[in-house]
Amino acid sequence: MQYLSDTDVLALEKKANEIRISIIEMLVSAGSGHTAGPLGMADVFTLLYFHVLKHDAKSPEWAERDRFILSNGHICPVLYATLAHAGYFPIEELQTLRKFGSRLQGHPHRESLPGLETSSGPLGSGLSQAIGMALAERIDDPYSAKQFYCATGDGELNEGQVWEALMQAGKEKIHNLTVIVDRNGIQIDGFTKDVMPLEPLAEKFASFNFDVQEVDGHNMRALNDAIGKAQAVYSQPSVIIAHTIPSKGVGLFERDFRWHGNPPGKGPEDRVPKDKQAEVALRELRTLQGHITGSDIH
Amino acid sequence: MYTVPSHINPKLFDADVSGEANRMGFGRGLKAVGATNDSVVALCADLMESTRMIEFAEAYPERFIEMGIAEQSMASVASGMAAMGKIPFIASYAMFSPGRNWEQIRTTIAYNNANVKIIGAHSGVSVGPDGATHQAIEDIALMRVMPNMVVLAPSDGIEAEKATLAVTEFKGPVYMRLAREKTPTVTTRETPFAIGKAEVYMERDPAHIESVGIITTGTTLFNAMVAGKRLNEKGIGASVLHLATIKPFDEQGVLAFARNHTHIITVEEHQIAGGMGSAVAEFLSLVHPKHILRMGVHDMFGQSGTLDELFKHYMLDADSIVQSAERLHG
Repeated sequence: MQYLSDTDVLALEKKANEIRISIIEMLVSAGSGHTAGPLGMADVFTLLYFHVLKHDAKSPEWAERDRFILSNGHICPVLYATLAHAGYFPIEELQTLRKFGSRLQGHPHRESLPGLETSSGPLGSGLSQAIGMALAERIDDPYSAKQFYCATGDGELNEGQVWEALMQAGKEKIHNLTVIVDRNGIQIDGFTKDVMPLEPLAEKFASFNFDVQEVDGHNMRALNDAIGKAQAVYSQPSVIIAHTIPSKGVGLFERDFRWHGNPPGKGPEDRVPKDKQAEVALRELRTLQGHITGSDIH
Repeated sequence: MYTVPSHINPKLFDADVSGEANRMGFGRGLKAVGATNDSVVALCADLMESTRMIEFAEAYPERFIEMGIAEQSMASVASGMAAMGKIPFIASYAMFSPGRNWEQIRTTIAYNNANVKIIGAHSGVSVGPDGATHQAIEDIALMRVMPNMVVLAPSDGIEAEKATLAVTEFKGPVYMRLAREKTPTVTTRETPFAIGKAEVYMERDPAHIESVGIITTGTTLFNAMVAGKRLNEKGIGASVLHLATIKPFDEQGVLAFARNHTHIITVEEHQIAGGMGSAVAEFLSLVHPKHILRMGVHDMFGQSGTLDELFKHYMLDADSIVQSAERLHG
């Protein structure tokens, strides 16, 4: 994976901040939707679409592109915002999220919007689809350089289908597959450790014959290095457990599972009243309060 | 005198009528399209032999994927392969695919309009001794209600083979139900087959005043033909319309057939709710309302038994069709 210079890291962090601002604006406009996951995954998505993936926003169907499958479709605000900032469709269209007639449905529909590799929302099916794509590519070209990425939630790992797919990925040694788990520790009903404990998660993946890495999901350089290593592994599929902070970027929303499925304006009120939530979030993001850290540059 | 097309099995009503399980025809067809179309790939959930995918798997191992007992993942893996330009066939028993993986089919195949062919083997009560857990008698309803999905139920092996060739050429998601047990072969190589086209396999004796149109799908075609013959001989003009395609529904074919008969009987090894008979009733209620008797399983589960025992018990045999038609005219 291409080296990230200090300038690159700063530019990516700035882009991630712009994407977070778009996420807040579109959720406020929609009046419903998920806040914690999209904000938490903004760094991962920015790194993928602005540094890692081979893709072309002007030619979404370019056959040689890498494939990125979003399995936990409910965090689509971050995918939509990232695709718009990458040039797939106008940024203004983000304001149509979840509205009647919009191409930006509450959960993604592949047939509606350029840049989407699948439709998702019902959890657990994305990894299987990424495997299918990689297997199809292997039939056509066993030495293909294409990479296949799948982002999943950690709560999503409760779904049985995920483990069917993990078993097959290990069996088939799909080396060009990288699964990125958003390990933010929350799901709708509470913390993942309470709803359905996943640990020891790294050991679970390892026992399914995956190469396993755990990284700080907000550290661009660490993430980039992990993806580079995942691509270098040639005998196994890879998983990157990206430890993220739910609602990362808006301090008053962070680490609180009650922000999983609520937009600003409809979230918990004990730290900031509903009518101030959007304003507080946007002010914090727009003033870049501590959000451009340069990861481990300093 | 009733008439049957010259292209159907000339020994249809003989004691030594030939037959096979229609899944055998699927196996031949899939192997054949494997030879002519490199895009065809096959995925199976640990039922290679009984779904007859084994023929393809042995001929083209590099294009066969053994999924293990994982029907949910199989549906979505196939969606991913279709997204890369492949034509995936996925095979299991209908109880598990589309029974267990219905949502995966809906979201990742139908909603994506993915070019995946879903083969549900061992459908209906005719699965026999395996009993109710393995008798899919809800699958037509499950798939008929899904947008973008084509639903097929060929009658015999020859028709299943033609259907396999046809769905390979057709672009879009298809569900095809198959059966485990051997049933008499009604069609021949010369019998026409097209997706979306209902075929009249028996025209009633026009001399009779009373008439009944029997509409059937899948394995019960032979019983409908035998019943139709007996009814014509007993003085009730009976015709048989075979719906190898349940969706898209052949509106013109069914309407023309319905107009030509006093009563309509539908026969299928499926729940009477939501199946082919329901599709007929839904359509005719709008354009040509008339009395329709739907024969099938009445809101209950199946049980173990032989095909003959079960068809008789659930009134899907020729005797039951004849008796029902006679009662309509009583």
